[in-house]
Amino acid sequence: MSTHTDIISETVREPGPWRLLAGRMLGHKGVVIGGAILILVILAALFAPLLAQHGPFQQSLADRLQPPFWMRGGSADYILGTDHLGRDYFSRLLYGARVSLLIGFTTALISGTIGTFLGIIAGYFGGRTDSVVMFLVTIKLSIPTILVALAIVQLVGGSLQTVILVLGFLLWHQFAVVTRATTMQIRGMDFITAAETVGCSTPRILATEVLPNVLNQVIVVLTLTMASAILIEAALSFLGVGVQPPTPSWGIMIAEGKQHLFFKPWLVMIPGVALLLVVLAINLLGDGLRDVTAPEKR
Amino acid sequence: MLKFLIRRVLLAMAVALCVSMLTFGLLHVATDPAIAIAGEDASAEEIEVLRVAYGFDRPLYVQYADWLSNAVQGDFGKSPYFGLEVRTLIAERLPVTAKLGALSIVFALVLGIPLGVIAAVYPNTLTDRLALSVAVFGQAIPNFWFGLLLIYVLSVQFRLLPASGTEGFVSFIMPMIVLGTNAVPAIMRLTRTGMLEVLGSDYIRTAWAKGMLPRQVYVKHALRNAVVPVVSVAAIQAAHMLGGSIVVEAVFALHGLGSLAYESILRSDIPTMQAIIILFSGFFIVFAALSDIINAYIDPRIRIS
Repeated sequence: MSTHTDIISETVREPGPWRLLAGRMLGHKGVVIGGAILILVILAALFAPLLAQHGPFQQSLADRLQPPFWMRGGSADYILGTDHLGRDYFSRLLYGARVSLLIGFTTALISGTIGTFLGIIAGYFGGRTDSVVMFLVTIKLSIPTILVALAIVQLVGGSLQTVILVLGFLLWHQFAVVTRATTMQIRGMDFITAAETVGCSTPRILATEVLPNVLNQVIVVLTLTMASAILIEAALSFLGVGVQPPTPSWGIMIAEGKQHLFFKPWLVMIPGVALLLVVLAINLLGDGLRDVTAPEKR
Repeated sequence: MLKFLIRRVLLAMAVALCVSMLTFGLLHVATDPAIAIAGEDASAEEIEVLRVAYGFDRPLYVQYADWLSNAVQGDFGKSPYFGLEVRTLIAERLPVTAKLGALSIVFALVLGIPLGVIAAVYPNTLTDRLALSVAVFGQAIPNFWFGLLLIYVLSVQFRLLPASGTEGFVSFIMPMIVLGTNAVPAIMRLTRTGMLEVLGSDYIRTAWAKGMLPRQVYVKHALRNAVVPVVSVAAIQAAHMLGGSIVVEAVFALHGLGSLAYESILRSDIPTMQAIIILFSGFFIVFAALSDIINAYIDPRIRIS
């Protein structure tokens, strides 16, 4: 049934906006490399139970502090070695990716919702609403993020949920700033005026006319916020305030490996490299998406 | 200008007031300060006695008003964990963090500005790419892990630098690199964009036409104009570094404000926590206001809007 339109679109019509966007994305090195690494990590995290030979909590004290397979004394049984309790490091690394990605994604989603809402209403209504939102952004920026996150998470009690909620409420400002600016730009455009004249309700205009036009920027900020959330979570867990052991968080793995930095440096290096790689991939993807979606770059 | 100045200072004070209110509320809602002081295994009566003794039974806004009226006089109360005036504790620890922060921002500027200039002078070349990838890495590297990496390479492998301690400049080198690296990407990118913009302008073409040396054109003419926004970002980054000091001081066992904050957080020492949060955000508010005022002084257009 669709073959007919397919032929038309390929022979007569110009490629649609989505195809254009996809083409530009595939032509951008940052998007391709960052996206590929991220997809690999997501797959590894999803299929962790299939990939790991041992469970992430399974201790084997006889096999503790084994080196990775490429070092002398390493074996194929534990390809990245074991930690101080004899737990398979590869398995903990995979399950740690789950924690990082989960925290990064949900935090970005919460802060994205808060920030985008505030940014859109500030940009659309302007005036006093705008002043109030900008004042909130200024307050948010003046709060030392890591310090307050540490304090609140520790006082409430560290857990996955606390970390996600606290970071979600601490990282929304960038969304607000970006969506506010874009909303202001499109505020006076004809399609908004048309919607107003036709008598669309304000929530409807915000949701169906404004929101789709800021979505590109929201996605860019979403990736960058995800990266900072992952870094902050790792720092909190490294300091022992955050996700609690025995949960396999990369921050906790680095903290536990720190005791063995002199003789078993790979315990610190492996989760650190994983963290660096994931954050790098997300940042590359975010920067690339910004290049690809920015209209002035076309 | 005076009108702008007054408005900006008033805004800064309003922000400071709101931040203190918000954090005071959050800290007191997040935990019961009486239990924090008494300890987990104290009996209900003991906690009740403490609650009354410290005035925690009063409504929160009364406690806040009380705290605020003391805080504006520089009195942040007594630390239940350290048993000392919070003021004294902060005065004791401030020099280390101030030194670390100052060194780090200098490091970030010394690395970030030349990188940005070089990238802008040779845009879209390998040099530019390399400079940009330094920024990309600087943004992605977890600072606590970077610190451990430096310790492993420079202290364990090559035995060049001490892994911890506060003696002399030497023990500040690695913390300075770690904390400074956080600010390099922003400074580098801003210098690069600013330079690219300026280098395309007419007066630079005139400078070339006059036959000026490249060094004179780049440094004397272009950089001077491109560096203005960098100054204000550097001020903001310097304030951010205080927050980052909490992680870096933990890695290198430095006894500054960051480690004081960390200890007070682990011991649920609310007065100390509250004071340090206010101090750090106070730094940020003051630095942000200063950079706005400096920018308005340089560029009259900002004053009017």
